[in-house]
Amino acid sequence: MPEYRWPDMSKRKVMGQRFSRLDGVEKSSGRAKYNSDLNKPGMLHAVLVTSPHAHAKVRSIDTSAAEKHPGVAAVRVIAPAGTEIQWAGWEVAMVAANTELAARDAAAKVKVEYEALEHFVREADLKKVKTRAKPAGEQVEGDPEMAAKQADVISEGYYGIPVLTHCCLETHGNVTQWTPDNKVEFNPSTQSVTSIRGDLARLLSVPAANIHVHQDHVGGGFGSKFQPDRWGLESSQISKQAGGRPVKMFLDRASELILGGIRPSGFANIKMGAKKDGTITLWESESWATGGIGGGGSPPIPYVFTKIPNRRQSHSAVSTNTAPSRAWRAPNHQQACYLTCAPLEDLAAKLKMDPVQLLIKNAGLTARPDTYVRQLKKAAELSEWSKLWHPRGDAGKGSIRRGLGVGAGTWGGAGHDSTARVTIHPDGTVEVELGSQDLGTGTRTIIAQVAAESLGLRVQDVRVKLGDTNYPPSGTSGGSTTVGGVSSSTRKASLNALEKLYGEVAEALGAPADQLTVSEGKVLVKDNPAKSLPWKAACQKLGVKTISETGSNVPAQAAREGLNTGGVGGVQIADVSVDIETGVVKMNRLVAVQDMGLVINPKTAESQIFGACIMSICGALMEERITDEITGRVLNADMEFYKLAGIKDIGEIVVHLDITEENDKRGVIGLGEPPAVPGIAAISNAVANAIGLRVPTVPMTPMHVLNALAGRKS
Amino acid sequence: MQPFEYASPKTLKEALALLGTGWGDAAVLAGGTDLLSLMKDNVMAPKRVVNVKEIPELKGITKTGAGVRIGAAVTVDELANNALIRASFPALLEAAQGISSMQMRNMGTVGGDLCQRPRCWYFRAGFGLLPTHEGKNLVAEGDSRYHAILGAGPAHFVSASSFGPALIALGAKVKIASAKGTREVEAAKFFVAPQNNETREVALQPNEILTEIVVPVSAAKNATYEIRQKDALDWPLATASVSLTMKGTAVGSARIVLGHVGPTPFDADGAAKWLAGKSITVETAEAAGKAAVESAKPLKDNAYKVQMAAVAVKRALLAAAGVKA
Repeated sequence: MPEYRWPDMSKRKVMGQRFSRLDGVEKSSGRAKYNSDLNKPGMLHAVLVTSPHAHAKVRSIDTSAAEKHPGVAAVRVIAPAGTEIQWAGWEVAMVAANTELAARDAAAKVKVEYEALEHFVREADLKKVKTRAKPAGEQVEGDPEMAAKQADVISEGYYGIPVLTHCCLETHGNVTQWTPDNKVEFNPSTQSVTSIRGDLARLLSVPAANIHVHQDHVGGGFGSKFQPDRWGLESSQISKQAGGRPVKMFLDRASELILGGIRPSGFANIKMGAKKDGTITLWESESWATGGIGGGGSPPIPYVFTKIPNRRQSHSAVSTNTAPSRAWRAPNHQQACYLTCAPLEDLAAKLKMDPVQLLIKNAGLTARPDTYVRQLKKAAELSEWSKLWHPRGDAGKGSIRRGLGVGAGTWGGAGHDSTARVTIHPDGTVEVELGSQDLGTGTRTIIAQVAAESLGLRVQDVRVKLGDTNYPPSGTSGGSTTVGGVSSSTRKASLNALEKLYGEVAEALGAPADQLTVSEGKVLVKDNPAKSLPWKAACQKLGVKTISETGSNVPAQAAREGLNTGGVGGVQIADVSVDIETGVVKMNRLVAVQDMGLVINPKTAESQIFGACIMSICGALMEERITDEITGRVLNADMEFYKLAGIKDIGEIVVHLDITEENDKRGVIGLGEPPAVPGIAAISNAVANAIGLRVPTVPMTPMHVLNALAGRKS
Repeated sequence: MQPFEYASPKTLKEALALLGTGWGDAAVLAGGTDLLSLMKDNVMAPKRVVNVKEIPELKGITKTGAGVRIGAAVTVDELANNALIRASFPALLEAAQGISSMQMRNMGTVGGDLCQRPRCWYFRAGFGLLPTHEGKNLVAEGDSRYHAILGAGPAHFVSASSFGPALIALGAKVKIASAKGTREVEAAKFFVAPQNNETREVALQPNEILTEIVVPVSAAKNATYEIRQKDALDWPLATASVSLTMKGTAVGSARIVLGHVGPTPFDADGAAKWLAGKSITVETAEAAGKAAVESAKPLKDNAYKVQMAAVAVKRALLAAAGVKA
């Protein structure tokens, strides 16, 4: 069996290099085709009819006029009479027609009678939540009463972080074709090419072997695109009903923001206590959150600083008449980070202490004290903390106030189940195939780097093929598990294939197979490098054969093999300027220090962190799903009032990859989620530092900032 | 979307002949940045769409005896790059630059900016200009964070026009044509607060087209200050356009017009009169700003906009006078 361990850091030639994404040109030139770009001959276009009511019973549904509309091929009732609708935007029917326009016009002709019921859609105020809250019971650790009495300083506050949406640029949906021979061709927008086949097989009662899934690119998922969803099921049924015509069904923008996934909210009344020297002794929290009708959202607080000795916690899940939550890039972590790091900064302000010093002093309360202390110091250095930070509110007299704030996060990120197949052709061509997907993070690129490194080749010598169920199965791209999984499986498959190649060329090189190695496009004898064959010449020895070997990452074995693992820390420091007359917050700089074990490609890694920082800036300053109490609907299911930052709103982003020998030895660790965690808290803390008080809820829009400054309730 | 007839006339006369007597008969298409989304969302469903971008009479920026004439179909980008505008009307230039999307500046027109429909989220969801639901006033009882703080009601949306406040401050007139002839309206009177769901927000009849805007050239110092959350494309939360005719170092007369705070641009006449005879300092500018919003009646969620509007006035005055804050 080959030695699968990664080559030493100093000996890597291709891994660790800053390669641009292999599909970068294709994507930036518009040549990359997403499944929402896919149009097949004879294709039908399907659209949803959705409920305008947030809570209602369907009394009757009449599709006759829609069915008669010119061009309509099928109308399916999803919510028959008697269905209890639980949120505005609920799928009631689906209409398919020859054109999208015809489908939309026909959808408007579906007549639905509703009996409107009382709804509840806003959960920020605990007093209004009442019976909609399900308390999870109180947890007590240590002696919070005594700690409260003995604390030199107590800090108390209300904090809130709202529901926001995934807002994927490519909306959720699929092109599907269920032909009369009971085969299904499925082209979804998904984070899970391999598993979506099995999910669809169950939904349609079609053997998995009869389903083929293909996807080249996905336009954003963030945790919201794992399942075939209701629209995948219904549109497939329509295809079958229409005799096997392909059906295209992608959500429109409004449905994308309403149904395509939301991040649960998080609200809390929090009390913290400490000794004069900053030693934290007390945590008390009464928290609540909603992730839709089923409740949901339970931020793990206190976060990172988990070992506060005396704690009292209670949490309630609030049921609202809104669409259910989906995993959102580090589920529960932004909320937990905000609900912990904001009170921590408030405590520091009350202690009249530098918050970075407070975190360093209490690093012992975290699972990885050394990492956090190192990262806090690095982030402080990169943000010019010692020069720019000032005690809270001490930002001068003008209308523009500058402030700095800090946040810390953590995540797992160990590799998922993944199998790769490496094929070596007699002409020297190398293919790597995985039923995985590249979410835009650079998965293709790092696979090519790993294969090239393992085979002694260059990146351009390797063809990476992803996104097809004809390739070996690979896990769901969720939980930052992809890079660990696919790099390990690719490594193993590459070395397994290489072992076979050595067997084929050993004779020609006059050395036993186990004495061979590869380097810089050659197969050579370890002890006698003069004896070598160029890669192509070596492969020609295969004659008409090809070598095709697989390799798998098995999570239970991964740590032992040393290829990948989980568990990282990250620290971010935000630098903002707040116009106290207008409430407008501008980003000056966001510094991100992040560890991630072994870094295969620093460029794509940094790029991931840039994206995560931008997402945090949006979440801290702009993003919020706004529901209407009267109609129960989402008011900003569009990209006009569901605000996202533009390039001018981002400021400078400084990324420091915490690459150390020690981190490298841990193997590959996922990076998708961890850097998306600390930013919101850091930005909120920077605003508090700038203006001298806490804006209790994010996003810190001008409204919330001015309301906080004026002492008005938002 | 309702099927519609499309016409692209080459002359104003032809275009006018294509309009109807009711609002549903025909809609004028210029940049399309607003009309298309209204039609896609079924908020508007005209039977005919009349493209006016091919009509020479609606184009060009020229100097005339009465001032600078801006064709209604001039794009925002053309306006922002025009030497006449840049030389005399920083208030218009700054408003144009506030439309911070290249695509919008390239496609959107000055006439379209004045005629665009409100961005009120209840209006866009089909609840009308004075939106109600089950007997409840949606704006007053719903979410009013982006709504009006000024105006007598019953409309509470905010005029979305970027150029309206500046044109009013500069004393501009707009020319309106119909098959029967042309008429001229002061920019200030072009905007109308609707009293019911059937009327419009501008003084146009269904059979009329806004053809041009004439801005008088004077020595008046002028400026626009917009408060937007984002530097990227975003609607202002409050804006102020001001024009100051100086008498020595003091203000002879002033116009102060607020945007995005009421169903029409709000002419803060009282504040303007108060400024006469005073020189612009941080103190007088701030006092004028406060005076400008004296009659503000914020709704449930938008008290924050009162201060914002006052600050916009202060900063516009300081910018116009060249005084550093």
